[in-house]
Amino acid sequence: MKTIQVFDPAMCCSSGVCGVDVDQQLVSFSADVDWAKQNGAKIERFNLAQQPMDFANSKVVRDFLERSGQEALPLILVDGEFALAGRYPNRTELSRWASIVAITEIAPAGGCCSGGKCC
Amino acid sequence: MKFLDQPPRFLFFTGKGGVGKTSIACATVIQLAETGKSVLLVSTDPASNVGQVFGISIGNNITPVPAIQNLSALEIDPQAAAQLYRDRIVGPVRGILPDAVVKGIEEQLSGACTTEIAAFDEFTSLLIDSPLTAGYDHIIFDTAPTGHTIRLLQLPGAWSGFLEEGKGDASCLGPLAGLEKQREQYKAAVDALADGKRTRLILVARAQQSTLREVARTHEELAGIGLKQQYLVINGILPKAETRNDELAAAIYKREQAALNAIPEVLKSLPQDNVVLKPFDLVGLEALRQLLIDTPYHAHIANSSPINLDKPSLSKLVDGIAEDGHGLVMTMGKGGVGKTTIAAAVAVELAHRGLPVLLTTSDPAAHLSDTLNGALDNLTVSRIDPHEETERYRKHVLDTKGSKLDAQGRALLEEDLRSPCTEEIAVFQAFSRIIREAGKKFVVMDTAPTGHTLLLLDATGAYHREVTRQMGNTNLHYTTPMMQLQDSKQTKVLIVTLAEKTPVLEAANLQVDLRRAGIEPWAWVINNSIAATVTNSPLLHQRALNELVEINAVEQQYSKRNAVVAMLKDEPIGLARLLKLAGGL
Repeated sequence: MKTIQVFDPAMCCSSGVCGVDVDQQLVSFSADVDWAKQNGAKIERFNLAQQPMDFANSKVVRDFLERSGQEALPLILVDGEFALAGRYPNRTELSRWASIVAITEIAPAGGCCSGGKCC
Repeated sequence: MKFLDQPPRFLFFTGKGGVGKTSIACATVIQLAETGKSVLLVSTDPASNVGQVFGISIGNNITPVPAIQNLSALEIDPQAAAQLYRDRIVGPVRGILPDAVVKGIEEQLSGACTTEIAAFDEFTSLLIDSPLTAGYDHIIFDTAPTGHTIRLLQLPGAWSGFLEEGKGDASCLGPLAGLEKQREQYKAAVDALADGKRTRLILVARAQQSTLREVARTHEELAGIGLKQQYLVINGILPKAETRNDELAAAIYKREQAALNAIPEVLKSLPQDNVVLKPFDLVGLEALRQLLIDTPYHAHIANSSPINLDKPSLSKLVDGIAEDGHGLVMTMGKGGVGKTTIAAAVAVELAHRGLPVLLTTSDPAAHLSDTLNGALDNLTVSRIDPHEETERYRKHVLDTKGSKLDAQGRALLEEDLRSPCTEEIAVFQAFSRIIREAGKKFVVMDTAPTGHTLLLLDATGAYHREVTRQMGNTNLHYTTPMMQLQDSKQTKVLIVTLAEKTPVLEAANLQVDLRRAGIEPWAWVINNSIAATVTNSPLLHQRALNELVEINAVEQQYSKRNAVVAMLKDEPIGLARLLKLAGGL
């Protein structure tokens, strides 16, 4: 089983309610993480404001911060290797990394484009 | 006193700064200890004078009080607790992560929530069974955690992840991430709080309408989460005998009695004690012993010569504001110090000089703003209702962003939205819509974001994006609100306070917070001062003398530019009274 590590920017709440506007990405991503975990994925989230040691302990993350700054977060590592940065992954990407085979999600009514396969 | 009748093990005194929680807590512990009980007093008042009261220095360790048998005391400084907490998290990465990153983390951990949670962490260990506290019959706290903190700790969803696995979804419980104690300890502490057999909560208020309204809200919030054992103490009531030869005392007496008669319905069922204003300073054991006893009234203070306070009026301050012809004026301060009144008085003073003014207030009763609307040709009034703004914002977030969450996720998001930051942010949005007006005329506001909020929003860049979005056309050259607020030519912050110890300290903390955001408050306004009046009442005269100490402290330690506003006999409503309040007539 691969481990997905999400390095969040500094924020007081992962739900993002503390910003000027609640970030829909954060709210959705929290729900996606929950979904993926229920499907057996191994996902860890680190908040820069609360667990900076986890950022400092990883050379990949440390170098990334030096090079691109905290504005470039989030950073996603899969088994310690660079997978994605600058935005949160969607369910398709999470599924690929975690090898979730059957996507059991029910498509929202009227939408044919969920799950990443577009019409 | 009813609240002292068969007291349980834990007593919590709660109420806003300056109502006299610490004095009443001190009087309580003396009384209990002198009946042979073994008592521990825990003070978290930032202006704690417990040590001074007992003539020893206390600090962050349980210290026996030699003057009173069976009594020990402990002072927890919430700011220091928060600093320790920040150091624990940030210390290890300093020098390893880039400096800008470290600075950002520190700001994240500088909000009110962090301070509150860190203080709660400090006294958790006093609420559970442990050898540390086993010997005490009673433990008395001069403060209580807010409903928000307790609810967070009660939510099962909030805990998943954090203290069990050490990682996971953070939510607003985030600040707890760095806390060291076990989940069972927090749970035991919250259980003890909600257990009426072990805990009694004493709401402390003054006989003022606004204070009583606020206490009613606290009562309902804490009762709603299970703290049902509540008592009410109304402190510092002016005795009728004082009204004899003094108009001001008579007016205060009338106002206080009216507030007591109109006490909010929800508070009526609580056991209530009234504590009369004493003619002496509450320092020293003898004075504190007298506090909770109804001694017969003697006007035994010799009425010494009147105080000739030589301080600038608000009108004098406005001279300096008026010079620039336009700009933003914000009054800041804790609830109850009179931000709205001062903002209205400044607006009226400016408008009276023929300058164009927009006054924006959060005046809850609306009668102040209603009486001003249209009172002068060049004065317009608009209102921001913080509760309405916050409700609308909460509802909007839950409907749009929370619609896809499951029950547990939604409960967590709902609680996050009850945090104090939410109101700040909701009000900030209304605020940023209005401050652009200040380029053309004067905008006077009684609501403002704290330095912490400004820094957070600025750091994430969200602030700038928000402005760009609101400007619509991005080709225009513009300054951001942050730049506007930092420039004293464009923005003048007036810190409003009362001439009492705790309110002055709270105002000083506000100033520190603003300076962190690069904003230098322009002046301080000391409101509702008795020292600035003429009184024949011995009690009021005594209070006026006490005020002088604080007024001097403001001048010497906090702000050279200041004004003192006298307490008025009548409520400062309407054009004429506001002009009188400013003292320009």
